[in-house]
Amino acid sequence: MSGKTSKRAKAAKIREILDTEGAAIETNTQGFNDDRYESVANLENYEALKDEARAIKEDAIERLPELIEELTAAVEANGGTVYLAEDAADANEYIESIAKDADADSVAKSKSMTTEELDVNEHLESAGVDVVETDLGEWVLQVAEEAPSHLVAPAIHKSRAEIADLFEDHFDPDVPLETAEDLTNFAREQLADQIADADVGMTGANFLTADSGTMALVTSEGNARKTVASADTHVAVAGVEKIIPSVEDLQPFVELIGRSGTGQDITSYISLLTPPIDAPTFNGDRLGDPDDREFHLVLVDNGRMAMREDDDLRETLYCIRCSACANSCANFQQVGGHAFGGETYTGGIATGWEAGIGGEESAEEFNDLCTGCSRCTEACPVKIDIPWINTVVRDRLNRGEDPDTFDHLVTGLTPDEEPAGLDLQKRFFGNFATVATLGSAFAPLSNWAAAAPPSRWIAEKLLGVDRRREMPKFTRGTLRKWAKGREPPADPEREVVLLADTYTNYMHVERGKAAIRTLEALDVEVHVADVTESGRAALSQGMIETAREHAETVADALEPHLEAGRDVVMVEPSDLAMLRNDYRRLLPEEAFDRLSTNSYEVLEYVFGRLENGADLDALADGDGEEIAYHSHCQQRTLGLAAHTEAILDEVGYDMVTSEVECCGMAGSFGFKQQYYDVSMAVGDDLREQFTTPETEDRRVVASGTSCHDQLTDLLDRPATHPVELIAPEEE
Amino acid sequence: MSQTTNESPVEQFTTSLAEIEVDWTTTGLDDIESTLTALIESPAVGVELPIDGVTLPERVETNPDPTAIRTATTGVTPATLAIADYGSVVLESDPNGSELMSLFSGTHVVVIEESDIVGSMAEAFEALGPHLREERGDAIVATGASATSDMGALVRGVHGPKHVHIVIIES
Ligand code: SF4
Repeated sequence: MSGKTSKRAKAAKIREILDTEGAAIETNTQGFNDDRYESVANLENYEALKDEARAIKEDAIERLPELIEELTAAVEANGGTVYLAEDAADANEYIESIAKDADADSVAKSKSMTTEELDVNEHLESAGVDVVETDLGEWVLQVAEEAPSHLVAPAIHKSRAEIADLFEDHFDPDVPLETAEDLTNFAREQLADQIADADVGMTGANFLTADSGTMALVTSEGNARKTVASADTHVAVAGVEKIIPSVEDLQPFVELIGRSGTGQDITSYISLLTPPIDAPTFNGDRLGDPDDREFHLVLVDNGRMAMREDDDLRETLYCIRCSACANSCANFQQVGGHAFGGETYTGGIATGWEAGIGGEESAEEFNDLCTGCSRCTEACPVKIDIPWINTVVRDRLNRGEDPDTFDHLVTGLTPDEEPAGLDLQKRFFGNFATVATLGSAFAPLSNWAAAAPPSRWIAEKLLGVDRRREMPKFTRGTLRKWAKGREPPADPEREVVLLADTYTNYMHVERGKAAIRTLEALDVEVHVADVTESGRAALSQGMIETAREHAETVADALEPHLEAGRDVVMVEPSDLAMLRNDYRRLLPEEAFDRLSTNSYEVLEYVFGRLENGADLDALADGDGEEIAYHSHCQQRTLGLAAHTEAILDEVGYDMVTSEVECCGMAGSFGFKQQYYDVSMAVGDDLREQFTTPETEDRRVVASGTSCHDQLTDLLDRPATHPVELIAPEEE
Repeated sequence: MSQTTNESPVEQFTTSLAEIEVDWTTTGLDDIESTLTALIESPAVGVELPIDGVTLPERVETNPDPTAIRTATTGVTPATLAIADYGSVVLESDPNGSELMSLFSGTHVVVIEESDIVGSMAEAFEALGPHLREERGDAIVATGASATSDMGALVRGVHGPKHVHIVIIES
């Protein structure tokens, strides 16, 4: 398969990372994520600040060429120089020339992802200049000769004990180093002299303001300050996207960046430097003249100007590298950046950065770890649609594939809009609606066939469906058929069209029936749409054109219903998220707006009916039954978990809720052989929460189909959809 | 971060300082010297405060050499602004070496006038914007001690000071 890692090899690599780095990564990222929730909750105008931050970045990237000129003029007026480097080689050569001009033997460096991107250290070392990383995490990695596993906390995959062992092996210290304090003191002492001796101080820049030539550095250790203050020559290396118009524009970012990343309200130091800085130099045994300080700004393009022209990748340039998208990602929390990351960048947004800098192939190995669960989108301080960037790059990778020898097997069986060489696994899961239609028609024969050992083996070999997973069971007879010819309520208050998704129509038909009974009990006449597939399955595999076809079919099929004044109701949150959000990218604006504003999740709709005076007593009584409820990831991003919880509570259930970002199944992700282990590791947190003494006997309730499948595999109790808990019995 | 709105800026500021575990002392103009004397541990370095009639205690070396800066136990420098919501102080660079003396010492004693405390980050940037554009200076928004979690737990005192003590001069 064109030199790519096989599914089995990938599974093995992920397994190893889970075993060696998983525990430290999980503790640290989940700690950051919990602290983020707490810290942003204390920020009154959080949403407004995000909007402001986003607007500033949109404007800055739009006006970038002009801002580069303005910044250059400002820096030069301040007494510095500016070099615009086209690519890594160009930047490195220039940086080397500065080191040579300064007669430098050594460079002290504060943490900078952009210099990692350029491999500046390697370049300088090969030119005979020593480089020392001064951020403790980066220094640990320099000693260990490892790559960062996280944007902000690069050594997050290493435990305290591992760092102690590393120092023990490498430095053989006189006294044993045990506590974090011991390790910190030891590192500080090792670094103090090296920083003092360095001839050049190198930093990145979190932001650059065009109006004054000021750079903002966000740190906590004080190493950036020391790096700049100690050497007479300061070099700052920054991507061109770091430029914003004015000093005042820094404010929202200063308030958001620490909270979003590590959950600190603010980091210890926000350095606003307008270099060369005004401090005296260290000149041997006396202080020297501040005017002796030199400053060189290296602005790096390296693919960024082209990203700016790319309608789908452009948003990546708004990224402030806070790490929220990684910390809030259920998969990242298990595997970290060594699996979920490329050459330089890590987490969900790494796909955008790596693809923009090194081409789509640079994101190929890890891109599928983004399941599109969307939990990162509300965490991102600049509101980047990170899942979309992953989907687009996946689509481009699909299209770039060589034709595949198995292709004749699927031609005709799964007609779609995708290129001939598309990976069979993607094609299978992306066209699940077609598979489901056939499966349902042949049930129970198809279930028996899917469960029989040879078939599971074939499914794993050919499609990469993990044999430990049980495929969802088809039912003979669909929801649509069941609903046909039902007697509508005599004098309905409202009419809705139920868009029964693939699962609800063909497999979990019971929840569809419950949805219809519930709506009817609240005086709603229900029509079942003639269409099932929203396009979610295809979109999740990066099959954008196929997803668009589905979106258009859905829009056409629902049009007469909308014309008749009916609301659209859906059971499956991931399909609702298509209509509410993703169709923005797939349909003309007007069609999108219409579907988006008129579609509802079933319990959201019930909530609305009750608010408008419908009779709660028409619903089943919870009677104090103890339940454990897990809301769906996309449901939470849509802000809809609360509706379900309120109703379950209202009708009298005694409820506890889960506290995880995602169940780990995420559509078809957990079925895939290469990701089974990650999926189960993610699910483990949910399993733990639902098997405590307080929860182990509770009935499990979940809103998403894939959460159902996952919960069924994790626990030995079945899961029920909330609508089945409130649906009245059939009369 | 302090959220109570009916507190005065100085009350909000000290509430925030308590949250981030930074000590502070409020003092009148007349008592500043004795307040500082009590807080300073030798060897100490510092920068004269831009306040009429105030001089630093004699123990504070105001014209130190690089070694004195690197080995000082206490560094005394003024802050030009404080941000109540965050417990932050704004430290500017100058040819006297404020940046060096606030950074290299084990304990940083920061002196701020009560009238220079603003409520929010937005207010701080309203002042910082024109200032940085005109003066082209450097300003560190410093909040608490230098810190790291890179070694497996939170440790204070990394490359910068381990302790910060804020002295607020009442207006
Ligand atoms: S994409 Fe958003 S959340 Fe992720 S690192 Fe960038 S700014 Fe932070």
